[in-house]
Amino acid sequence: MKVRANFSLVMNLDKCIGCHTCSVTCKNVWTNRKGVEYAWFNNVETKPGIGYPKNWEDQEMWNGGWVLENGKLQLKSGSRRNILKNIFMNPNMPTIDDYYEPFTYDYATLQNSELVEATPTARPRSLIDGSRMEKIEWGPNWEDDLGGKFKHRSVDVNFSEMEKQIYGEFEQTFMMYLPRMCNHCVNPACVAACPSGSLYKREEDGIVLVDQDKCRSWRMCISACPYKKMFYNWESGKAEKCTGCYPRVESGLPTVCSESCVGRIRYNGIMLYDADRIEELASVENDQDLYQAQLDLFLDPNDPEVIKQAKEDGIPESWMDAARKSPIRKLIVDWKVAFPLHPEFRTLPMVWYVPPLSPVQSQIDQGNLSTMADGAIPSIETLRLPMKYLANMFTAGDEKPIVAALKRMIAMRSFYRSKNVEGITDLAVLEEVGLTEDQVNDMYRYMAIANHEDRFVIPTSHEELRQEDFHSFQGQNGFSFGNDGCSISENASLFPDKRKKTADNLEFVRYHPAAKRSDGEKA
Amino acid sequence: MNLSNLVFGVYPYIALTTFFVGSLIRFDREQYTWKADSSQIFEKEQLQKGSILFHIGVLALFMGHFAGLVTPHSWFLSMGVSDMMHQVVAISAGAAFGSLCMMGGVILWKRRMFHPRVRANSRFMDLFILNWILVTLGIGLLTIPVSIYHAFNGDTSTMIALADWAQATLSLNADASILDEIGFIYKLHLFLGMSVFFLFPFSRLVHVWSMPLGYMFRPYQIVRTKFVKQR
Repeated sequence: MKVRANFSLVMNLDKCIGCHTCSVTCKNVWTNRKGVEYAWFNNVETKPGIGYPKNWEDQEMWNGGWVLENGKLQLKSGSRRNILKNIFMNPNMPTIDDYYEPFTYDYATLQNSELVEATPTARPRSLIDGSRMEKIEWGPNWEDDLGGKFKHRSVDVNFSEMEKQIYGEFEQTFMMYLPRMCNHCVNPACVAACPSGSLYKREEDGIVLVDQDKCRSWRMCISACPYKKMFYNWESGKAEKCTGCYPRVESGLPTVCSESCVGRIRYNGIMLYDADRIEELASVENDQDLYQAQLDLFLDPNDPEVIKQAKEDGIPESWMDAARKSPIRKLIVDWKVAFPLHPEFRTLPMVWYVPPLSPVQSQIDQGNLSTMADGAIPSIETLRLPMKYLANMFTAGDEKPIVAALKRMIAMRSFYRSKNVEGITDLAVLEEVGLTEDQVNDMYRYMAIANHEDRFVIPTSHEELRQEDFHSFQGQNGFSFGNDGCSISENASLFPDKRKKTADNLEFVRYHPAAKRSDGEKA
Repeated sequence: MNLSNLVFGVYPYIALTTFFVGSLIRFDREQYTWKADSSQIFEKEQLQKGSILFHIGVLALFMGHFAGLVTPHSWFLSMGVSDMMHQVVAISAGAAFGSLCMMGGVILWKRRMFHPRVRANSRFMDLFILNWILVTLGIGLLTIPVSIYHAFNGDTSTMIALADWAQATLSLNADASILDEIGFIYKLHLFLGMSVFFLFPFSRLVHVWSMPLGYMFRPYQIVRTKFVKQR
């Protein structure tokens, strides 16, 4: 057993209102620069739909993620040799039009126009070559709220094994929002595909980052990520991705997308997992077993064995504590209401989703739909979203865990309605779904109330545990003397820029004896 | 010092020094600029046709030139490769890979010149180095008929002179007079070719140094810890 902690998220889709505040805050912080104006580290899609970039879920098209090749895990884009063979031209990489052509408007014409009869207009212009765009054909969220024809969105691969035509009829229409970001996977395909080894997962918190100095623009990560959350900055020629807002997370703050979420749907916290079992569990044969496999990968922070091993692996006590209080753990493991997005990609994603309920209240009020015994909360058969569709998205097609989760969420509502409206404690409704009263109270607290301190349990990164004299480290992270990031090695440089004979605080910083970390790169 | 001495006695060292030291300095100081600078996100179809041909061609040409010019004459003879055999192989391999490279290169050139997005995204050096390589390659291909004519007359002296000059230069005994007898077109090709080395560190070509062969042997996953030794 090797214990590692992973910074993780859960998004409660039942509460997502599709306002895109997460996307906009993220863009303003991370991708408001040239070369990535088309990139959305966080975006919100309306499902069903083909999404951003177009048809990203269709791995027959993009060859992202992993597959089993004779029982062994291999990138779907091919063996290592294959990847190097494709280095002159990556056949699986999307082009800019698969995302959308970034554009701006001629805003100045609105102010500079002479006095005219008709209102002056600001026409669009390409942000790539500056040319006039006669018509904007696609955007980051072109299908918002089911925009466009059913024919176009019906190619959504989550419709597989479904009679989808009937959902084209107005009466049968359904929709949901799916906010997406980097999943900071436990078995990331982007890292595995990077020929120059510039992508890495951080041992301490599992955040996946790109070493910008080491990236050589071989662009294999962009196609290998099955979620298409690796982006090519065409100005810098480097790969960029969601950073998990690590400067915030290291200080114990939620990511900006989570902090700004209007619907309070996002949870941030720590999950412990067994790094020795990654390959074994990512290689289970049946796609539908991957959800359970990932549950098996997680470790229980209350288990004495795990606590002992975690100590040996250098996990700080505060992180163990955060793992015990983790809202992520409650949603995923304790209540089993959250699911990984497309586990069949085999990357073991660490952003999980609570599937949405979808009652039609007006129909219930008119008595047209069947309800629970309380006569107000709809029963699961009346939900508009087809279970198969959700299952294709979250459990590789297995409906049972999805139905169980939705039933628990309905039971919670029913229980609390009886309690608050009728003053009855209806335990029968809980027994049916295998919940205790304590559990449902907790669920209510975390899922319905969702206070800030319950949603975000983020331990700080503990510089003081890495360094014996952490005060002397103060001030070392700000301005440098220039060219700090780049030199042949840490010890050598063609042009030494430091005065060797003067004293440097950092020289006297010794590492804390308790901070035992495996050094350097590791499998 | 006459012009010949300047171009074939001194310039090779300027070019090679710039090539090595320039690459080293850029790698040391400007890692962020060290990249292949792919433009595939803007255009895929022409790239597929052009890039693969071009890269196979240019890599084979480099290795062919290197082996042919740097291997000592006596080694070839001891391996039983006569000068005429050497020349025939050089002509045919050069023609084959040169044509591949030229086909790919022209497609890439057309793409870079006329695809609006790729053109807009091109730096001056991207266009300049591509044009330079294509001219070098074109002149190189034009030497082939001359070499074939030499071969038909049983004359291997030009090839021998080129190899001798290259080896003399690399062993720091540059002697421009070795090239006195060879045709102008060879000299032009030499100058253009040396200049590719001179321009190398200032262009996107530096990505050749980072050919990621190590990928074949490393584990899939990379985990880094923040626990690193400070300088």
